[in-house]
Amino acid sequence: MSKPFTPKVVTANSLLKGDAVWLTEDDGWSPDMHEAELIEDEAHADLRLLWAQSQPHLVVGAYLADAKAGPMGPEPTHFREAFRSRGPSNYPLGKQAGTPAVEA
Amino acid sequence: MYQYSDFDRDFVQARVDQFRAQVARRIDGSLTEDEFKPLRLMNGLYLQLHAYMLRVAIPYGTLSSAQMRQLAMIAERWDKGYGHFTTRQNIQFNWPELGDVPDMLQALADVQMHAIQTSGNTIRNVTADHFAGAAADEVADPRPVAELLRQWSTDHAEFQFLPRKFKIAVTGAPSDRAVTAAHDIGIRILRGEDGEIGYRVLVGGGLGRTPVIGKVIREFVPGADLLPYLEAIVETYNLLGRRDNKYKARIKITVNETGLEAFRAKVDERFALTRARFTGIDQQILAAIKAQFPEPAYRRLETGPYEAALTTDPAFRAWTEVNLAAHRQADHAIVTVSLKAPGETPGDATAAQMRALADLAEAHAYGELRISHEQNVILPHVPKAALPGVFRALKEIGLATANVGLISDIIACPGMDYCALATARSIPIAQEIALRFEALKLEHDIGPLKIKISGCINACGHHHVGHIGILGLDRAGVENYQLTLGGDGTEEMTLGERTGPGFGAEAVVGAVETIVLAYLDKREGPEETFLQFYRRMGIAPFKQALYPDAPKRERFVAA
Ligand code: SF4
Repeated sequence: MSKPFTPKVVTANSLLKGDAVWLTEDDGWSPDMHEAELIEDEAHADLRLLWAQSQPHLVVGAYLADAKAGPMGPEPTHFREAFRSRGPSNYPLGKQAGTPAVEA
Repeated sequence: MYQYSDFDRDFVQARVDQFRAQVARRIDGSLTEDEFKPLRLMNGLYLQLHAYMLRVAIPYGTLSSAQMRQLAMIAERWDKGYGHFTTRQNIQFNWPELGDVPDMLQALADVQMHAIQTSGNTIRNVTADHFAGAAADEVADPRPVAELLRQWSTDHAEFQFLPRKFKIAVTGAPSDRAVTAAHDIGIRILRGEDGEIGYRVLVGGGLGRTPVIGKVIREFVPGADLLPYLEAIVETYNLLGRRDNKYKARIKITVNETGLEAFRAKVDERFALTRARFTGIDQQILAAIKAQFPEPAYRRLETGPYEAALTTDPAFRAWTEVNLAAHRQADHAIVTVSLKAPGETPGDATAAQMRALADLAEAHAYGELRISHEQNVILPHVPKAALPGVFRALKEIGLATANVGLISDIIACPGMDYCALATARSIPIAQEIALRFEALKLEHDIGPLKIKISGCINACGHHHVGHIGILGLDRAGVENYQLTLGGDGTEEMTLGERTGPGFGAEAVVGAVETIVLAYLDKREGPEETFLQFYRRMGIAPFKQALYPDAPKRERFVAA
């Protein structure tokens, strides 16, 4: 039996900067996970991933990551995605230097 | 130190120009990521969790002051003001932007450095004993051979697409500080019966998913045969190595599946062919390389000021007791500069620290620096008279930590703070352990103890050979840390044994403390090191301390 579908976001790294970015509803790429499109439907998720993969001039390595709805927008459910949305824990660098942190 | 020949210079420059064009074509859309990825990896450029990462080779761990300054410049101009020294004697810049990388590579080429073959299924940066050319116990300086191997393996047409990556380490001393038995090929320089230089060659060592201790494939390869013999090994592996399964592709698996005897026989067959191809030019090149590694023109200074400082300055004395190693010149010392101040990231240095170290090396250490696989910086030749001044200068830049070989001198890979392959973080665990034992004020009582932490099964942090090894895993979406005990990375390499079930991030530092307290409680005395104690008592007392509630029956069966 296949696992039940859990909500997803499409994420990737930007081509030029290499930082984590998320696909928004209006086909944009945002450096802030809260602005991502939260995808609740499996077929739609596949379509969005395909679309993301057709953007090689903007992003690299697009994939679907688990997420959940939060007060500000989608939030990570796994610690890896939490780090990607935040930055490393040893220095205040990466996204946490500019945008607010996203808690797992 | 080795100076690039015109050939080296032209080659490295050509690669920079080539990569500049490749990056431009990637950005303008002429190259897809699938096309570009192997090209960027050949030039050391990875894409990690938060950014690109550029991995730069520090061949055999040797750097000049000018090169160190250039690394500082690169860190400041194109990165975020720091660099991370790795267990493979590389430096990693964690934040470059794609468009800047060609300029970074140019800046490296300007000081005879590059990032070529720091990734991909090729022969990687050849590593060596970080005390090379200085250690009192050395048979011969391993760096000329390592440089010969660098030239031989760089862009070697046959070895650009091996079944998997291939790592070589060389030591010129009986005390193996280069972890040679954990390499695809390990080379130990020794003297034959007639006093001539030769090489003991180990094959099929490696850590990672399947840790294997390298096996001696030849006790003694005479000097002139080394390169044809290594070529025969790599050719044999290139043909036999598995390309169907990434996890079985390393030479350690090839050797295990083929059997050492059969593998050796195949290598010998090829050796007959390769040997005929080598007409002696490699030996001429080696001789020319050797001439470029002269001993420094040692300054003879009275050691009086050093001895005086030992009696008047207890902090200096404490530092000399752990951070110095014996130099072959009695009036000199080898200084290990610890990049492990408690609370800091193991192996990281800021641009300012790099510059200060370059200045110190220039003023007191004949302009030479080394990077150790233990992620520290070495000043290989320091007149003892200069040591008090060096210590004062290190204090000013936060690098005078007296902890080399002690519990806070931790190897930690970047782990999930940076690495895309990680399953858990390493750095915060290292930071917390160091701070915990600093607070307990037990570090010097504990004595020699090596903790090594990897953030995934790939084992870049050498956890299998840590006296205490820590492996970070993802257990159902939570960071979990498995402990191993009794590993040893020296010439008597031993793999650590697992204690049992792992510990959560919040519990692992406490578990390490439990282990250390159990040792302190039961050791025969301060002269019995942690490793000696472990070898005498085994894992049982530690299991008992770690899992007091486990049923007795299970507690003593091996994990
Ligand atoms: S051990 Fe794993 S997490 Fe650590 S640097 Fe290597 S690949 Fe990354």
